[in-house]
Amino acid sequence: MIGGLFIYNHKGEVLISRVYRDDIGRNAVDAFRVNVIHARQQVRSPVTNIARTSFFHVKRSNIWLAAVTKQNVNAAMVFEFLYKMCDVMTAYFGKISEENIKNNFVLIYELLDEILDFGYPQNSETGALKTFITQQGIKGQTKEEQSQITSQVTGQIGWRREGIKYRRNELFLDVLESVNLLMSPQGQVLSAHVSGRVVMKSYLSGMPECKFGMNDKIVIDKQGKGAASDDAGKSSGKQSIAIDDCTFHQCVRLSKFDSERSISFIPPDGEYELMRYRTTKDIILPFRVIPLVREVGRTKLEVKVVIKSNFKPSLLAQKIEVRIPTPLNTSGVQVICMKGKAKYKASENAIVWKIKRMAGMKESQISAEIELLPTNDKKKWARPPISMNFEVPFAPSGLKVRYLKVFESKLNYSDHDVIKWVRYIGRSGIYETRC
Amino acid sequence: MQHYGCRQPLNSKEEENPPTCMERSPTQLCCRLARDVTGISKMPAVSKGDGMRGLAVFISDIRNCKSKEAEVKRINKELANIRSKFKGDKALDGYSKKKYVCKLLFIFLLGHDIDFGHMEAVNLLSSNKYTEKQIGYLFISVLVNSNSDLISLINNGIKNDLASRNPTFMNLALHCIANVGSREMAEAFASQIPSILVAGDTMDSVKQSAALCLLRLNRTSPDLVPMGEWTARVVHLLNDQHLGVVTAAASLITTLAQKSPEDFKTSISLAVARLSRIVTSASIDLQDYTYYFVAAPWLSVKLLRLLQCYPPPEDAALRSRLTECLETILNKAQEPPKSKKVQHSNAKNAVLFEAIALIIHHDSEPTLLVRACNQLGQFLQHRETNLRYLALESMCTLASSEFSHEAVKTHIDTVINALKTERDVSVRQRAVDLLYAMCDRSNAKQIVAEMLSYLENADYSIREEMVLKVAILAEKYAVDYTWYVDTILNLIRIAGDYVSEEVWYRVIQIVINQDDVQGYAAKTVFEALQAPACHENLVKVGGYILGEFGNLIAGDSRSSPLVQFNLLHSKFHLCSVPTRALLLSAYIKFINLFPEVKATIQDVLRSDSQLRNADVELQQRAIEYLRLSCIASTDILATVLEEMPPFPERESSILAKLKKKKGPGNLPDIDDTRWNVNGSAEHSEDTESTNKVTPHHPFTDLLNLNSTPSAGASLLVDVLSDISTPAPITVSEDNFSRFVCKNNGVIYEDQLLQIGLKAEYRQNLGRIYVFYGNKTSTQFLSFSSSVTSSDTLKTHILSTAVDPTVDGGAQLQQVVNIECLSDFTDAPVLDIQFRYGGTLQKIAVKLPVMLNKFFQPTEMTSQDFFQRWKQLGVPQQEVQTIFKAQHPMDTDVTNAKILGFGVALLIGVDPNPANFVGAGVIHTKNTQVGCLLRLEPNTQAQMYRLTLRTSRESVSQRLCDLLSDQF
Repeated sequence: MIGGLFIYNHKGEVLISRVYRDDIGRNAVDAFRVNVIHARQQVRSPVTNIARTSFFHVKRSNIWLAAVTKQNVNAAMVFEFLYKMCDVMTAYFGKISEENIKNNFVLIYELLDEILDFGYPQNSETGALKTFITQQGIKGQTKEEQSQITSQVTGQIGWRREGIKYRRNELFLDVLESVNLLMSPQGQVLSAHVSGRVVMKSYLSGMPECKFGMNDKIVIDKQGKGAASDDAGKSSGKQSIAIDDCTFHQCVRLSKFDSERSISFIPPDGEYELMRYRTTKDIILPFRVIPLVREVGRTKLEVKVVIKSNFKPSLLAQKIEVRIPTPLNTSGVQVICMKGKAKYKASENAIVWKIKRMAGMKESQISAEIELLPTNDKKKWARPPISMNFEVPFAPSGLKVRYLKVFESKLNYSDHDVIKWVRYIGRSGIYETRC
Repeated sequence: MQHYGCRQPLNSKEEENPPTCMERSPTQLCCRLARDVTGISKMPAVSKGDGMRGLAVFISDIRNCKSKEAEVKRINKELANIRSKFKGDKALDGYSKKKYVCKLLFIFLLGHDIDFGHMEAVNLLSSNKYTEKQIGYLFISVLVNSNSDLISLINNGIKNDLASRNPTFMNLALHCIANVGSREMAEAFASQIPSILVAGDTMDSVKQSAALCLLRLNRTSPDLVPMGEWTARVVHLLNDQHLGVVTAAASLITTLAQKSPEDFKTSISLAVARLSRIVTSASIDLQDYTYYFVAAPWLSVKLLRLLQCYPPPEDAALRSRLTECLETILNKAQEPPKSKKVQHSNAKNAVLFEAIALIIHHDSEPTLLVRACNQLGQFLQHRETNLRYLALESMCTLASSEFSHEAVKTHIDTVINALKTERDVSVRQRAVDLLYAMCDRSNAKQIVAEMLSYLENADYSIREEMVLKVAILAEKYAVDYTWYVDTILNLIRIAGDYVSEEVWYRVIQIVINQDDVQGYAAKTVFEALQAPACHENLVKVGGYILGEFGNLIAGDSRSSPLVQFNLLHSKFHLCSVPTRALLLSAYIKFINLFPEVKATIQDVLRSDSQLRNADVELQQRAIEYLRLSCIASTDILATVLEEMPPFPERESSILAKLKKKKGPGNLPDIDDTRWNVNGSAEHSEDTESTNKVTPHHPFTDLLNLNSTPSAGASLLVDVLSDISTPAPITVSEDNFSRFVCKNNGVIYEDQLLQIGLKAEYRQNLGRIYVFYGNKTSTQFLSFSSSVTSSDTLKTHILSTAVDPTVDGGAQLQQVVNIECLSDFTDAPVLDIQFRYGGTLQKIAVKLPVMLNKFFQPTEMTSQDFFQRWKQLGVPQQEVQTIFKAQHPMDTDVTNAKILGFGVALLIGVDPNPANFVGAGVIHTKNTQVGCLLRLEPNTQAQMYRLTLRTSRESVSQRLCDLLSDQF
């Protein structure tokens, strides 16, 4: 059970301090500041034990969030809560920054009262919270509305209230993936995985029952077997993907997923994350980086990097950024590139090459001459990998949304009347190639 | 530590003075660098316009960084900028070079690695501007490590500056040498600096720096600083006009004088003269060197320390002058303070304490010692904790002086009071030390009682030490044994956890050896055991003593045998295994002492918790004791379970002392040869840090079980060993060579005594049974024996049965254990002494322990033998002798001798059947030495040729010597 929650700025000043249990005293606030924020050696562990008190912290830009407890709690639960807390705060006032926190401290205390009771996490669903914690001040609420809130919060479907009405029933599905890669200089994949999220924004009336389907290999194979058709199995084999593991929003009926592997749920109103998943097989790598580093004597280094886009020519990748590390004794850099802009950033010890857009099946290259200052340090340069950032309009894992059906028996709209949008975005996670 | 607060201002003053600043921490530098730049600098040479704007901007940028990451980014950017500037396409002017080097230095001090810019820094050395040169030197002393390839360039720069005759530049160069202080620096400049130091035309400030630089080099690599004619002239620097030079020189001379006191003897008179001038001067005379109304405190302290390197001056005039000085210092301490500032009293007290240290060191002027003691007595109640601490510490050393011991003793009440009321632990610890030091027979009871009562709430950190101190004092000054027993039992009761094994062993030894105290001890432990919660150590003592002497109190119905047994057994289950084992032995002794409780005890022994105990030792004891009690008759029981014989007196020197004190004829007071807590011998070695708490562990040797007297700390002076300094007596080795090939026989015989031996050897261990036969009809009195051996051979006498008396015609057996650590040549010597008819007889016999005794025979085939023979082909490994036969050349006898030598006799190995071939391995603790031997007889010439090959040269030689005498 969380004993208290503190928010610090980068200097270690306390912005928010909320204590839930008596075993946490004021000195805990200082202990964390002294031993973690101001520690002489950077503290890398997210969990710190100081005088039999455990501190769990996450850092968002310059802000430290620390949960404190004296008991033996489930650390994963605490971190899940801290991340959720960050999400809630972002949903309320945008970026988590010192200024935003100072401006919204009343709201934050209100939120903290709501989402933690005596150290036990409660409903932290933004949609539900927004119905009774508002930034507009207290609206005159009727008795009816108040009782509705009570019944909703304490009821079975805590994430959705009754009586929602929209003129247009709409829903938006975003498949957001980040692809991680480590490749050898020769182009051999050393490790690759995709972690993805399905985010849904729903504007649906009543209490609709939804069913979500995707090209999950297990489901497709099962159906293929049911149809007992061999070529169906073969053709779907290409289309389906193997999901290594996935987690769902609390609205999804897990019992149904376990038995039938079908994803059915009553969605919360507004935006939320339906599921998270991870795949490691058959990943489409959107870019290939081919590095060429040549050392010319002790004082010069020639670098040539070619990037190749590896997807349909009709698609456009965006926000491409290649980061080529330079040795620590670089004294000057000349860069020539065909496309985009490249610059030597001394403060980051890297050449940063930016390209706004790039179509599929194209290639581009950059060459750089790096001058080195001779040093008396005999250590060889470690050659850190070349990293890359990009955004592509497809899912590198190959995930496809097959359907999302909406059933609302009480109100007079059917699945066909709902307007549905699907969007795929693939981003780079840690996308590195050794050189 | 706070207690050394007094010393702090002394050292910090040195750092305030720019010319003497030798060491600086990086943070200080960092601040200074920033301060220099931002224009608050006090350095005269940095004019305001000279401040480096770029550096100031950079530093303020760094300071304004919001996060660590931002700082790293800013630094990376700056490093890239500096690299591009240092690239070398265009020449940089001195100013920008200085600026960039400064930035690099700042970045380095923030904790980042700097791997370039050294060249630029070295270039700065040749600049003519002070600031540029200074930054260059700063960079070099902070960043350049000694194995850099730039070192020759740097040395060149330094050399130029030393030769420049510009005092500022010379100072910079000297500071750099001292700050780096490496061997290379010493090699390059150690010969040059003395000449600068003693040259007539050198400026004062340079002399000062040169002296301190030389001091540093002397500390880091003393072997490289040449001693020469300059040493004589350095002494005269004590006469210098400039007090700064004198201060620096005093430090240097003190260090040098510690190394070679003879060379600097002349400094005594100069130091005394200088000291007296300072002490008698009015406070205004010394101008800059008067510190809060105290005249040159640093110099005074240093001079006093210098004088502590030497014994009191022999010249009477000089001596009286020094005494006068010391008196003046003591007088000044009595004067009311001239200022309320803490600096004033600190400086004054620093001089005073150093003067007292000198008085103690000289230990020759009773009046001064007593005055010092009184002065310290005043400090004992001072409200400054540091002063109380230092006073107690100095008093400890004063207590060891015969002149002031009595004076110290007058403060006993104050010290005891300090022990009770003092808030600071470390001061209490000093108080304990002082009490221990001032203890003698007259006040032992009081002090031991006070220490015992303090022990109850003493700090855990000092309890163990206190327990040992109490134990030692109690034994050392015990007037009667009942007091001693009471004290130790109290000690166990109060601080049982801290009572080490030796302490309670000692009580038992004393109780067993002293008949008159046995009954009292039994009664006391019985009463002590009544307490509901006793410490395990108390149970051990109780078990042992009741087991031995329970019968002495069994007459009382309150302590009847059954009550005693039940009392002991009630503690049994709460104790650890060793204690239980001891208690089981006590029970079986009870069976012997009190047949009436036999059944009860047998029941206990028979219970499953004993007979089936998980611990093998307990189980075995229970079973054995049970069988013993069932089977054996009372006679046998009585013999087996006889009262323990008294412990041999030899084992404790303390005991011998104790006895003498009890004896009617009052012997010369031995305990006046006082032990040193902070011995004066140590003191002179350690003048650098008289404040350091000298660690003393005289207690480890409390029992003095290993018969060597405790070294260093002369706490437990081994009285017995003093008496028995052996007069040179000839060592008998007549029969020695007869034992080379056999293990049993008579080694020594004269008209009084016959000594027979029986030896067994296994691998590197051996056991010799020595039989002493008294051939006369009268008793040998105070018979004792000891074995001395070289350190490669460990001998240990199991002197179980060496009785001090040997009846006429009787035989006495003794066992000597031997362990061979590595190869050796010298055999151990057995020293025996006894009184026969009133005269002391001393006999020394060489015990026949030779290297070959540790042979293990090795059988091998002919092929193996010759293969190994070839492997040991190095000339040093082979030893060969040709010698004439002394005995008839009988094959069987020779065979037996070779077998007796310890090697395996290999038959059919040598192509010539007449030759003898043997192989074996010598086992020592450290190594094993393989050995091959070949003996070729020549019957016609009556000659033998003996060849030995072993993996070790010394072994081959020794074996050859041993064996060649046998045929």
